[in-house]
Amino acid sequence: MTLIKGDDLTLGYEGQAIISGLSFSVDEGDYLCIVGENGSGKSTFIKTVLGLIDPLKGHIEYCGGLRKNEIGYLPQMSGIQRDFPSSVMEVVLSGCLNRHRGLFYSSKEKSKAKEMLEKLGMADKAFSSFQELSGGQQQRVLLSRALMATEKLLFLDEPTSGLDARTTGELYGMLRALNGAGITIMMVTHDIHPALNDARTILHFAHSGYFFGPKDAYFGSVPGKEFLKESGHDN
Amino acid sequence: MITEIFSYSFLVRALLVGLFVSLAASLLGVSLVLRRFSMIGDGLSHVGFGALGVSALLSLQPMIVTIPVVVISAFILLKVSEKSKGGDSSIALISSSALAIGVIAVSTAGINTDLNAFLFGSILSVSRTDGLVAGAVSLVTLLSYLCFYHQIYATTFDTAFAKATGINTGRYTALLALLTALVIVVGMRILGSLLISSLIIFPSSIAMKVEKTYRSVSILAAIESVVAFLIGFFMSYLFSLPTGASIVAVHMIFFVIASGVKGLRAISDRRG
Repeated sequence: MTLIKGDDLTLGYEGQAIISGLSFSVDEGDYLCIVGENGSGKSTFIKTVLGLIDPLKGHIEYCGGLRKNEIGYLPQMSGIQRDFPSSVMEVVLSGCLNRHRGLFYSSKEKSKAKEMLEKLGMADKAFSSFQELSGGQQQRVLLSRALMATEKLLFLDEPTSGLDARTTGELYGMLRALNGAGITIMMVTHDIHPALNDARTILHFAHSGYFFGPKDAYFGSVPGKEFLKESGHDN
Repeated sequence: MITEIFSYSFLVRALLVGLFVSLAASLLGVSLVLRRFSMIGDGLSHVGFGALGVSALLSLQPMIVTIPVVVISAFILLKVSEKSKGGDSSIALISSSALAIGVIAVSTAGINTDLNAFLFGSILSVSRTDGLVAGAVSLVTLLSYLCFYHQIYATTFDTAFAKATGINTGRYTALLALLTALVIVVGMRILGSLLISSLIIFPSSIAMKVEKTYRSVSILAAIESVVAFLIGFFMSYLFSLPTGASIVAVHMIFFVIASGVKGLRAISDRRG
């Protein structure tokens, strides 16, 4: 079942087109990696899919019963103020605000938040201060928040930038497990490993155009081979 | 002293208005300071001064002119700061222009208008109508802040996430701008347009030095704001000092103390 699709889209900022003629679709249970050079339109693509900016032409359709408030999003860490005063619990609970009614969080919402933190090994930090955590721990908290917001689709924007190799590996492991549990994953990344190991579908942006298709076809194609070569995987 | 104050109805009125405004301003301040919007509060207070000057010149009821002008300016300033990185220069331009218009209007209006009261506030200027309007505005601000506390938190912490997951962040940002404009207009009568923005910026800046969660920062900011207002108010009565300036001076002292506490904690953390 298709969750998100777009046909013949033109994307860009303030009338300036960056990508045109883009068609793609994301199916339930898919693991889509979005790769490509800087400035080729990756962030424009995410922002458009998330509804933060409008496409210049065409529109993005949420289908298969997917609603706007069923999307989990892990933004780039650089967009978040490191010195923001907040407890871990406050951050995680804000993830379910999109479906929340009433003045206070219910005990059900609170126990779900604890469950998410437990899943990511952060249960003992629930009442710690967010700004005092390490980068990897902050990333886990933000992933818990994203999981509060969705049971269907998780959108990640460069989730491993600023993380060390071990934490990066752990994060990919968590995403693999989540995908195995039926959550659809869309991830923007510079790193070839998730694209090689876990992805099912690849969306590659280049200044000359784009590639959209299954992983195997991608790594047989010209942009895919170039990506492998750049990452030192060409032999 | 306290019974003496309560025997003057205008002082009681000023005390109540000040308390409400302090509370409302401190809560809005937490979000405004964290979103780097503190300069908007400052800009709006100058716009408020300009509007007060014009209303004095045209002999209109001050609130009738200032409220719409400041509310509209709040939305303009917000759009400008969100859109461009050069938002601070636009705010400075708007501020000084409004100040200039205000000064010209006040001097044209003649000696009946007290420029000092506009700039630095005067508790004598709080009329019955002002008191009622201020009470209503502060109450609305407090209630909407409490009702939308979580949404305001989410919008402040991470606007992109909130918007991407389906929260109408534009609506809550607009609410924040509207409430800030209203609080500035009513608070300006006591603290004056040059000092009112301190009511927004000081409490949250102080609270953020010592507290680490959003809720505790909000609560401490509210308490600090009310305590500083009360101390400043009574000091000004006792020693015949200007009220607005006394209140800001108390905030300043609290800020220094909070910075000291933060510094000491950092030192003891390093040792421990």
